[in-house]
Parts: sequence; structure tokens; C-alpha cells
Amino acid sequence: MPERTLVQAVRDALYEEMERDDRVCVLGEDVGLKGGVFKATEGLQQRFGAQRVLDTPLAESSIAAVAQGLALEGFLPVAEMQFADYSYPAFNQIVNEIAKVRYRSNGDFSCPLVIRAPTGGGVRGALYHSQSPEAFYCHVPGLKVVLPSTPADAKGLLKAAIRDPDPVIFLEPKKLYRAERQEVAEGEAAMRPLGSALVVRGGVDVTAVTYGYMRAVTTQAAARLSQDGIEVEIIDLRTLRPWDVEACVRSIEKTGRVAVIYEANRTGGFGAEVAAELAERCFASLDAPVSRIASPDVPAMPFSPSLEHAFMLNPDKVADGLRRVARY
Amino acid sequence: MSIDAEPLTRERVLDAYRTVLRARALDDRRFVLNRAGKLAFIISPRGHEVAQVAAIAALEPGRDRFCLYYRNFAAALACGFTAEELMLSAFARDADPSSGGRQTPGNFGSRRRGIVIGSSAVGPQIPKAAGIGLALKWKGEGALCYVSFGEGATSQGDFHEGLNFAAIHHCPVIFFCENNHWAISVPQRLQVAGPGVAERAAAYGIPGVRVRGDDFFAVHAVVREAARRARAGEGPTLIEAEVLRLQSHSTDDDQRAYRDAAELAAEAARDPIPRMRDALIDRGWLSADDDAGLRDHVNREVERATEAAEMAPDPDPASLGRHVYADA
Repeated sequence: MPERTLVQAVRDALYEEMERDDRVCVLGEDVGLKGGVFKATEGLQQRFGAQRVLDTPLAESSIAAVAQGLALEGFLPVAEMQFADYSYPAFNQIVNEIAKVRYRSNGDFSCPLVIRAPTGGGVRGALYHSQSPEAFYCHVPGLKVVLPSTPADAKGLLKAAIRDPDPVIFLEPKKLYRAERQEVAEGEAAMRPLGSALVVRGGVDVTAVTYGYMRAVTTQAAARLSQDGIEVEIIDLRTLRPWDVEACVRSIEKTGRVAVIYEANRTGGFGAEVAAELAERCFASLDAPVSRIASPDVPAMPFSPSLEHAFMLNPDKVADGLRRVARY
Repeated sequence: MSIDAEPLTRERVLDAYRTVLRARALDDRRFVLNRAGKLAFIISPRGHEVAQVAAIAALEPGRDRFCLYYRNFAAALACGFTAEELMLSAFARDADPSSGGRQTPGNFGSRRRGIVIGSSAVGPQIPKAAGIGLALKWKGEGALCYVSFGEGATSQGDFHEGLNFAAIHHCPVIFFCENNHWAISVPQRLQVAGPGVAERAAAYGIPGVRVRGDDFFAVHAVVREAARRARAGEGPTLIEAEVLRLQSHSTDDDQRAYRDAAELAAEAARDPIPRMRDALIDRGWLSADDDAGLRDHVNREVERATEAAEMAPDPDPASLGRHVYADA
């Protein structure tokens, strides 16, 4: 199997699905000859032409709206928002239009499409290239939300998202785009189902539920805690809506303790929903309060390295949080 | 010869006139039912009916796509909805073909009729229509997308994004603005800078045409030419039909609170339906007796539609969670 970075895996998924099904098309800002600002669509226009790989005007609402129009006509569009921070001009199209097409037509219409966007920080992207807006989209019935953390998951889940009959928001942690190479399967063997979490590290003392870049941070924190005799079980949700509650419940029934680790600011983050659900479901199994380990409630991640560092969760902060839960 | 190229025969125009009368009679009945507490909310097409039906008569329901807006009650009838179906929608019954009672009446949708399900938001259908137009261009079957909206919607960014995109890609789209000069209580002078909406087309390099919305033949001719251009691959057209809003914005609004009484009286005297009737009488296509006969026929139809819709069952509360996703 070829070794791929996460962004190469995204590109491979697009390539394979476009080869497999000529209804699949890609649109967005700079996705054509340039191949996207992160190279996620590199070479696609050269291979599939300027119609199926369409450079759009710099206008996110119409990117989402045009994708919706294509989907309503039977195409399978994958729209790129250049940064998740810039998906907000398309918010009305995504939330009021795309997410509600099936419901408001009582099942007469559907809108199968994917909106991809790089998400998260830690790359000196500052306030407007670092945001983690997954909670906005996870709040919306009708949408599915995916946030992978490895090249293989990115490829398999993107292929599944493209084949899904409902609209999918596909968030790609840009910090991980080139962080590691991993052997990634090709074709059908690469597929990963939506809605399935993965236990990425076994442990008996505390459960850490996380996703995206925080999986890597939590893994480093868990290695430190292991030296202190605390064994952390890490669950990577991979899909946030629908999310794999049962996988988390099974783990908590074993450990009796859980923290949710997420990169977005704490209040109203998606991890808050995970914490609330697990508190309800696992009350009888819990030996400690369900805990959130998240970023501070400031508007976004600043540019200066000192401020960026102060904002970002790191292995120290996550280890501190997990230790508190383990020793409660 | 396709339908749009056919001449306007007496039979076709009388059919359109019957649709206009049907829209008015149904709307009048809806107001009575609203005041009786039986209908929660309606938006009247009063004053717009002739323009709407003339536009649709120049197109091909069943082949073309229609992105309608909430005042398009007469257009929906012209596209093939029956009186009973629209009454089912007014009563929010289970058998409402647009949404099964989920949306307020005025959000028309029917996949088999090519009527793309709308929402209550103002303007998002405009760039969506550009996307549908792009898909229709790719399919190359000569179909077009008709999208309508009020002049208030032209203030939205989506108006610009939709026209810009459709013009860049020569999408087969007809942008049909029904300018009644009032967006709820805000008059055109506080809504639309410059002389009007049609002039904006020049900025996109497409034709912009202003037409009197009470002139059936003028509206039909303008839309027929826009359709010819669209089907010939010449791109979109922006049409501004000047109409009168002879009712308040909705049943929750009373325009007497913010509009001049003398102006309202003067507009009521310019009701486009008697003008259409007189034009048909002048052509020798209609007699006073014919007119009375048509009105009787339509009134009986409204009677039957109301009875049937009033007796029809409400949606099953257990269906609340259906059609959120494909599998539920």
C-alpha cells in the first residue's frame, strides 16, 4: 500500500471517486489548476477537466448553493471551503437550505453533497485560519459531520461521505495535513463507515474521548500518564454527527471516568454535547464528574506564537486534565 | 415544435386566464378561512397573478425547473398544482404535496413537476438556481431554470452571487423579479439604489428587461425571449416585472398601517385581472358571459377544494422525525 499524508489521502479519495462515478464533481476557490491552497485537489482538473473540477468565484454562499443545485439535479458535488472559518457566508445555504431539503419536502427531494473544509489551528493561521466550527454544524439535524485524524480515516470516510445520501460536512485538521505518512489502502478496501468511533489506545483508568488533531495530543499525554501508572483509553470519534455513543459507553463502563478533549473553545463546543450525553448515559458507572478539556473562551486563536501556544491544548494541559479526572 | 415556440392561441390564453381567476378565488377563500381562524398564515399573490401566470405560460412545466418564492401562489397553479393541493397546503394537511404540512403555504415543491422545494428565507433560491442551471447546461437537454423573487430579495448578497455565477457560466436561468415596490413595510426607495432592478443586469453582461406586470402579453413575450436565449446557450436574463401588492405582505401584516390610503385605493383600481379580462374581450377571445361562466366554474372548484382539504387528515404526530436523513 502506498504511504500517504492526510492531504494526499483526501486527494486520492476525490480522485478514486471521480474515476468510479462520473456524477462526482469538485468545486471551490482555487481548486482547479492550482489544485487548492493545501493541494487537496492537485492534478484533478488536469485529469478530469475544468467542468468536473470547477474554479468558482470567491463567494462561499454561492459555492454551497451551486453545489446544492448540482446535487438536486443528480450530480454528487464535493465543494471546498478554503478554510472552515470562511464557511459562515454559506451558513444560511448549509443550515436553512441544504440540511432541510429532505425534511421540508417530506422526503420528495434529497441533497447528497459533501462540503470539505480545513479546520483547526496550530499552524500560525491566527484568528481567521484556525477556527474549529464543528459545533455549529453538529447542532443541525439533517447534516452529517466528519472530522478524521489519520490519512486512512480521511480517505475512507471521504469516500463514504461522497456516497452518502445526505449532506456531509467534512472537516480536515490542517495541522495534520502533512504531519505523518501512513499506508493507505486503495479502492473499496479503503472505505470506512460513517458514525463509527475507534479505540486507538486501550486503558483501564480513564476514558479520553477526542477527535481531530487532539487525538495526537491526547496520545502524547497518555504516554506521560502511563509513566505515572495511569492508563488512558483513547477513543477517536472520527464522525461527530452521528457519533458513536455506544463505543464511549462501553469504555466508561470499564474505566468509570471520562474526559472529552476538543480543540474548539469550551462553551457550547461539540465536546460539551458529548459530555452531557455521557453523563446521562453513564451516571451509574461514573466515579468522577465528566470533564471537558478544551480551549479557552476567547474569540479565536491569535497570531503571536506566545498567544497561540497559550490558546492551544498541548500534551501537558491534556495530561493535567486527565490526571485530575483519574485522581478525583 | 416545443411548447414555448408555439404561438399564444386563444385556447392557451383562456387557460392562463382561468388559472389567474383560480388563484384569485382561492386566495379570497383563504383570507376568509384565515379570518375565521381556520388557516394560520398565508401570503397573498394579489396583484401578481397575471405576471406570474404569463411567465409560466412561456415555459415548459414538466421539462423546466422552477425555483419559486412564497408569493408565487398563481405561478404554482400554472406549474400544475391543483386547487385542492394548494388548499391541503393551506390547512397543513398530511396530503400537502409540497411538504406534508411541514412548511408554511407558499413553499412550493414537487419533484415530478420540476418545482424545487423552497424555504421561507429570502433569496437563497437565486444562487441555487444558478447551480441547477449549471447542471442543466451540463445535461444539454435544453431545459432551463426559472427563479423568481421580490425586489426585497435583490438586496441580499445571494442575488449578486447567483447572477454573477450564472452569467459567468452562461447558465440557462431566467431571473424573474416581481417588483411590487414594498418589502413588508420598506418602500423601494429605501430598498433598491438606482433606477430599479433591471439595470443591474448590465453589470453582469446579461440582458435586463423591465416589463409591466399587468400586461399578460408583454410579460409572456419577454419571458419567451429569455427562454429562447437560455435554450440556445446564450445565458441568463434578468426580468423585472412591475406589479402591485394589492394585499398586505401576509395575514400577519396590515399595510394600511404604513401605506397611504389614497395610494392603496388607486392601486386597487388598477387590479391587473380586469385589465386582462378587458384585453381578452378586446381581442374577441372572451365575452362577458364567458367570463361569468369561468368565474362560476372556478368558484365551484374552490368550494370542492376547500371541503376536501378541510376534511383531510393532519400529519401523524409519529411522523415528526421522518425524513431527517435517508434512513429515517
